[in-house]
Amino acid sequence: MNKRIIFGVTIVSMMALAAIFAPLVATCDPLAMDLSPGARLQAPSPEHLFGTDNLGRDVFSRMVYGARISLSVGFIAVFISLAIGIFLGGLSGYYGGWVDGVIMRLVEVMYCFPTFFLIMMVIAFLGPNIVNVMVVIGLTSWAGLCRLVRAEFLTLRERDFVHSAGVQGVPDMRIIFRHVLPNAMAPVYVSATLSVGAAILVESALSFLGLGVQIPAPSWGNILTAGKNYIDYAWWLTLFPGLAILITVLSFNLIGEGLREILDPKLRERR
Amino acid sequence: MRRYVIKRLLLIIPMLIGISFIMFVVMHFAPGDPASIRYGLNPEVSGSARANFSRMYDLDRPVLTQYALWMRRFLSLDFGRSLTDDRPVTSKILARLPATILLQGVSLLVIFCVAIPIGIVSAVRRNSLFDRVMTILVFIGYAMPTFWLALLLILLFGFKLQWFPISGMSPWYTAYLDGFARFKDLIWHLVLPVAATAFGALAALSRYSRSSMIEAMGENYVLTARAKGLPEKRVIMAHVLRNALLPIVTIMGLTLPGLVSGSFIFETIFAWPGMGRLGYEAIMNYDYPVVMGVGVIATFLTLLGIFLSDVLYAFVDPRIRFEKRE
Repeated sequence: MNKRIIFGVTIVSMMALAAIFAPLVATCDPLAMDLSPGARLQAPSPEHLFGTDNLGRDVFSRMVYGARISLSVGFIAVFISLAIGIFLGGLSGYYGGWVDGVIMRLVEVMYCFPTFFLIMMVIAFLGPNIVNVMVVIGLTSWAGLCRLVRAEFLTLRERDFVHSAGVQGVPDMRIIFRHVLPNAMAPVYVSATLSVGAAILVESALSFLGLGVQIPAPSWGNILTAGKNYIDYAWWLTLFPGLAILITVLSFNLIGEGLREILDPKLRERR
Repeated sequence: MRRYVIKRLLLIIPMLIGISFIMFVVMHFAPGDPASIRYGLNPEVSGSARANFSRMYDLDRPVLTQYALWMRRFLSLDFGRSLTDDRPVTSKILARLPATILLQGVSLLVIFCVAIPIGIVSAVRRNSLFDRVMTILVFIGYAMPTFWLALLLILLFGFKLQWFPISGMSPWYTAYLDGFARFKDLIWHLVLPVAATAFGALAALSRYSRSSMIEAMGENYVLTARAKGLPEKRVIMAHVLRNALLPIVTIMGLTLPGLVSGSFIFETIFAWPGMGRLGYEAIMNYDYPVVMGVGVIATFLTLLGIFLSDVLYAFVDPRIRFEKRE
């Protein structure tokens, strides 16, 4: 078994378990403020593992709840972009012709967007909340997947099993999604895993800029916003949430790379 | 070649129109309007004053009409007036553009001067300690939330070591400095923002140079060069590098979109007086004309980067430009 995948999956499942069982894992209420003297901006101690923030809230507990946000944004955003990318990529690669032409122009437009600016703009104007963040990241990140699926379909659609399905009168949609798609999934798995990491990065940057999850609800990005304001007093507010983002994204990337090694026969031969 | 360049150049126009239209529509159909953002909580501002405000900036017209008006002004490079201070958007952006160009230009330079040598050394000494350390660093680089890296740089070099300033570009005292001292101060202020901006592309580009070098090293002409007894240094520098550099240079344009995206975050973190921070502030203030102005320029830079990379690629690889004439 691939070492990278084992490492990545271990970390991701630990994060996921912590997120699901957040109330059991967290040592304090993530929203409970303590404004009494000495309770604010406490350095890490056995009582507050990662210290407390400017309102005396326990950073560790906030990060455990923050994991819920990061992971769910990562997964749902990628799910949305997968749905769009696979659907349009499949149509484009299977039909070719004008369908392909229209969809590929659309993909080119998506590539030319100053994506981060667009995401910032849409979220600021639609109202910053987690659902908008998921949807907008999903809607702006499908172009790469679409091209990938299309390229796979272009080579697969000339294969005999596709022709034979067509001759037997299987409806197009069924051929696309039941016959061709399963054979085209290998690179999609790799790309989707890497996209989860990328989506988590975008979400944390948005939350950091105040355009993601709104305080008092905790997210790794918005803990870092407080970290920036108190950077000269409280290094723990900056260090731990960032480290959590880094490790989570790193784990998804490791899984993606590991999958690529397993699924791509060219890479396997070279080793 | 010329036909290809002109064709690609003309393609920028419909893209710019399409993307500006999408941005315009998204912005105007969103809930919340500038009048209520500005005066919403102020009981002293009457309804008619709000209506006047909306009328002054054409905000009371249908969205399509507004877009047509915006487009007409845009054709004479007039982006309208800012809703927050009524200054012309064009002059607001022009005032901020040099700082952004400076930061991005220096970052681009740093990216190329650091990433390519790393790629070369990693490729030449494949699987050496250096190569393996770099592989790990690159992998971390891909997963790094770069805004967090910026915070760490501020924490370490700004507060703990106090080596570099953590915000701004040219503080008040630079007015009293002479030319060279002012230049030194500017470089001093550039260090941390450039480090943060360049980092993301550094990882990607050094990896790309490495694989480009390795690919070139497998070619037959390299075997020939070695077979005729050229010193290894000459083989690498003259034969491999020259061929490997071409694809690396073509990817230069593709780092531009990433730099543009980064400018919104890094300029905000480092209080850099550039266009990215202007855009961020405009978004937070519902300042439609400024958002559109910054958006159009960001789009243009993104398109320009893609255009440059495509054209350079076609220049290097003739197969691309004859694609349509089979």
